[in-house]
Amino acid sequence: MSVFGNTVRATFRATFRALALGAGLLLGAGAAPALAAGEATAIPDHRFSFEGLFGTYDRASAQRGFQVYKEVCAACHAMKQLSYRNLRELGLSDAEVRAIAATVEVQDGPNDEGQMFERPARPSDRFRSPFPNENAARAANNGAYPPDLSVIAKAREGGADYLHALLTGYSDPPPGVTLMDGMNYNRYFPGHQIAMAQPLNEGQVTFHDGTNATVEQMAHDVATFLAWAAEPEMEERKRMGVRLIMFLTILGGLAYAVKRRIWQDVH
Amino acid sequence: MAIGLHDSDFKNPVVRWIDARLPVFTMMQKEYGTFPTPRNFNYFWNFGALAMINLMIMIATGIFLAMHYTPHTTMAFDSVERIMRDVNYGWLLRYVHANGASMFFIVVYIHIWRGLWYGSYKAPRELLWMLGVVIFLLMMATAFMGYVLPWGQMSFWGATVITNLFSAIPLIGPDIVTWLWGGFSVDNPTLNRFYSLHYLLPFVIVGVVFLHVAALHITGSNNPLGIDPKGPQDTIPFHPYYTIKDSVGVVAYLVVFAILVFFMPNYLGHPDNYIPANPLVTPAHIVPEWYFLPYYAILRAVPDKLGGVVLMFASIAVLFVLPWLDTSPVRSMRFRPLAKWFLVLWGICFLVLMWAGGKPAEGTYVAIARVATFYYFLYFLVILPLLGRLERPLSLPESIARPVLRGGGPLPAGAAAQPMEKA
Repeated sequence: MSVFGNTVRATFRATFRALALGAGLLLGAGAAPALAAGEATAIPDHRFSFEGLFGTYDRASAQRGFQVYKEVCAACHAMKQLSYRNLRELGLSDAEVRAIAATVEVQDGPNDEGQMFERPARPSDRFRSPFPNENAARAANNGAYPPDLSVIAKAREGGADYLHALLTGYSDPPPGVTLMDGMNYNRYFPGHQIAMAQPLNEGQVTFHDGTNATVEQMAHDVATFLAWAAEPEMEERKRMGVRLIMFLTILGGLAYAVKRRIWQDVH
Repeated sequence: MAIGLHDSDFKNPVVRWIDARLPVFTMMQKEYGTFPTPRNFNYFWNFGALAMINLMIMIATGIFLAMHYTPHTTMAFDSVERIMRDVNYGWLLRYVHANGASMFFIVVYIHIWRGLWYGSYKAPRELLWMLGVVIFLLMMATAFMGYVLPWGQMSFWGATVITNLFSAIPLIGPDIVTWLWGGFSVDNPTLNRFYSLHYLLPFVIVGVVFLHVAALHITGSNNPLGIDPKGPQDTIPFHPYYTIKDSVGVVAYLVVFAILVFFMPNYLGHPDNYIPANPLVTPAHIVPEWYFLPYYAILRAVPDKLGGVVLMFASIAVLFVLPWLDTSPVRSMRFRPLAKWFLVLWGICFLVLMWAGGKPAEGTYVAIARVATFYYFLYFLVILPLLGRLERPLSLPESIARPVLRGGGPLPAGAAAQPMEKA
């Protein structure tokens, strides 16, 4: 449901149950997988650096993932919630971010003459979308709409695990399965027929850090990048959570001690 | 003291000056300071205070979210994402608010269960209980409209399904739905009015909570034994005994809340609500938030649309008349050897309905939901009225103070530290 792996979720669920104040919480925990009941193949758990209580985004992997997005995915998929300036959070320098933005022309205006004009993007600009609107996107993609990827890791059951599985899940259809015109077979896509052709192929991008661009590697990196894009606040959130719970544990101990003291004379 | 001024006991001259003219300090002292409270509460009695705190958290976070949210179909989804990314601690505000709704229902469901188990709805607390049911209904309406605001797929389709329920009303149903929508489908006018009402209703809840607490302070609290305090030996002042006991509960509640907000903020939500609303694409399964699942299961358990809607509303309405359906004079289930098992079974049915509500409406799931729905109503409408006459309750203790003294004798010195909440 989120980007957490299944193991981590199971751990959380255990903690969650232990701390549950009553049946109410168990209801919640029991109900959510019920909501999640899907028709697709079970998503294999993939190991990511950002899982767990203290997990953080692997910056090198996320930067490679951005490169994959920029060179492959961005041909069809928008990420309109992100700005170029956000890339600084992945460890890119200000100059690098400016350079990346400057390679893209965005529309601005109207100017003093009332004309719209194109100019190189600035860090404050949102990621430029590949198509001006949904209809144009469908027209260019055989009627299918490539979804915006800004929060895709939160918008799919299984999160980053699902994205990784989807990108590595292409194969020839098993015997007896006939694909509709223009569709492709994917083990992990609900219904197994997906309009997107296999996007990642061996050696498709050249990573600056020399990492071998296998399909598996690119899928891992782009899933990491998309997980960050969906939840850029995650590291700060977990840090704050750990500190708050430590504080509450101490406060709870003190409150209980005071309670025992005050109630001494009643018992 | 001059005529017309309240005779204040406060020593501080400023407090005294105010208190003489507007005795809020005297009132707080009476209602939350010296207020005589049964001495034998267990931790179930925390949940009223927890609900109050939860309501305040929801209003506080909601007011700040409203400063950044845009209630328009073309901008709502993006404005929520902007809160998540660009507003300082906006992600914290939104996750606290979204998970706060779940926490509110967890707390209130336990609070209601407490009332059912210890018979808190019985005379003289009938009106107190009914006001509580009103609060519960207002909460449901508020939560439903709040879930529509992010304008994701589940927002849109949930709103479509639930507002369409009113079309089951004979003759005028379709017109009512058009009136609710402000058009011919769930669209911008619907979003605007839901936003307006989502901001209004919490303050209505505050008003009814005030009445709920006012009624409570007339009848006084029930307690785990379900017998009335017989005198001062049975009660203790609210402060410091229950202020500190509630504080312990508040910290435990905050730990659970923090685990949700900081480590699994989307666990109780649905991934589809991170897909922008699209009237042309229906999600595979339209499911409400977890806290509505029992009622959703009841709705779908009935093959007839109108019948389902009526039964769903009846499942809440029956709570209004519960004080008169339960004919037993004994409040606490501790002394009702039969009723307590029937109530446990009712609780299990509620959980089963919650589970079934999240499953597709087909085959075994519907059959199970039907059985659970049948028992849900059987308990209230048949079992409780009959049990009052058929059941032989255990003998009630003479007073609250006596069972604490274990057999009535004076306590040995060493036993004094025995925590009472385990009684």
